[in-house]
Amino acid sequence: MSHYDFDMPVSETDVRKLRVNDTVTLNRTLYGIRDATLIHMFDRGRTTRFDLHGHAVIHTAPNVRWVGETQAHPSGYEPICIGTTTSARMERFTRPLMEQYGVRIVIGKGGLFAASQSAFSDLGGVYLAIIGGAAALETTWIEQIEEVDLDDLNPESLWKFRVKGFGPLLVAMDSYGGNLYTKVNDAARGKRAAALAALGVKT
Amino acid sequence: MRVDLKQVEEACKELYIRAVKLLPPDIKQGFSRLDKSETDATGKSILATMIRNIKVAEDTNNLLCQDTGIPIYNVVIGTGLDVNGFELKRAIAEGCARATREHPLRSSVVHPVTRTNEHTSCGRLVPVINIDFSDESDTLSIEMIPKGSGSENNSWLKMAIPADGIDAVKTFVVDCVLDAGGKTCPPTIVGVGVGGTADLCVHLSKVAATRPLGSHCADPEGAKLENELSSVVNQLGVGPQGLGGDSTSFAVHVETAATHITMNPVAVNMQCHSARRARATFTPQGVSYGF
Repeated sequence: MSHYDFDMPVSETDVRKLRVNDTVTLNRTLYGIRDATLIHMFDRGRTTRFDLHGHAVIHTAPNVRWVGETQAHPSGYEPICIGTTTSARMERFTRPLMEQYGVRIVIGKGGLFAASQSAFSDLGGVYLAIIGGAAALETTWIEQIEEVDLDDLNPESLWKFRVKGFGPLLVAMDSYGGNLYTKVNDAARGKRAAALAALGVKT
Repeated sequence: MRVDLKQVEEACKELYIRAVKLLPPDIKQGFSRLDKSETDATGKSILATMIRNIKVAEDTNNLLCQDTGIPIYNVVIGTGLDVNGFELKRAIAEGCARATREHPLRSSVVHPVTRTNEHTSCGRLVPVINIDFSDESDTLSIEMIPKGSGSENNSWLKMAIPADGIDAVKTFVVDCVLDAGGKTCPPTIVGVGVGGTADLCVHLSKVAATRPLGSHCADPEGAKLENELSSVVNQLGVGPQGLGGDSTSFAVHVETAATHITMNPVAVNMQCHSARRARATFTPQGVSYGF
């Protein structure tokens, strides 16, 4: 188990170093993305002006306050509370995000599935688990909302955050087929029969 | 007592903001209990981060979780109240919308077909307003629950048959916990509805999931079932965030209703670890806030 500090963006070599149970802390840039953002980008033909190559995307839709564009808030938005949503709904977008936009890291909660796992292996990417519901803490790792695109989808816009000490996050899916969620799920399902027996269920 | 609707509107605004920022004491105690008994290193470290987040939210006067949820207001009307029910519902919705605009909070509510967000946390039939009655005199109670979608997206109903008996209920609960994995932001409160009609059964599962920790089902059969299930789900090893450990759930709560001779319905609804709720109580002395 090793710890890595990444100044974003990163290369394929950087993410290929990561193995499950390693931890990563991100600095500089992080993009926020979510259901509607991805639906519009991949099902409705919209594009973004942001260059996501080598970057990390986090499954989020923040609470923000419109304050107008200032030096402190170049996007015009002041962050109020930024946290992470369940990744499972966005499974089918991992591969196109990597293939078409060059994304290297997906951050979320609850994990992704086989299609994402194979995209991580084929193209060089990882899934980092953040603690869902710990948004007050996560917000303290975000310095600024630098820019925003596709803002008609607000709060599901494409957000460009400037982050400092964003982590430590746990490598839960790596580019070698390693997957903490499958490991835990398989073990839990292995305990199903014993649980039902303890409840007196006749099988 | 005459209910002042302006006061209700203000309170419903305040309740939404309080609910997303302050975790009830019973849930904090639930965290301490799980933290003491957790044996898995990853699970223990995740619980520590969650506990730290509760403190950060209080210290920075911030939201516990970014998901402002679907707003639910549970209203209990006591005896001797002079209240216009139609206007009461309007005041609740206006308080909810004002919290969203004035704090501001993220409006997480959209039209189900057009996906249009009015940025008020309101829409058709939302906020959800449940109205019940009690025999408490001169008392109006309003409980606010911002129900997060991570847990709500994992909701289940099974119309089991009488021949399958209570074993069907128990098996279903275990399978739902396994299916949920980390998606519901465990540790959760697993709410189980048993009996009723299909819609009542699902509603009961929500009542169960959002009840305070330490409370018990008023039906002794339901209470027995929740004791049995509570001890077993934490043996599955799903753990905090589905990353392994003993702390899969704070508790399993059960609510029951009579059902039809041909029916054996069971529903499961989960509450995530950010098990938020806030309550305002109106009496002739004024409004008081709690959980």
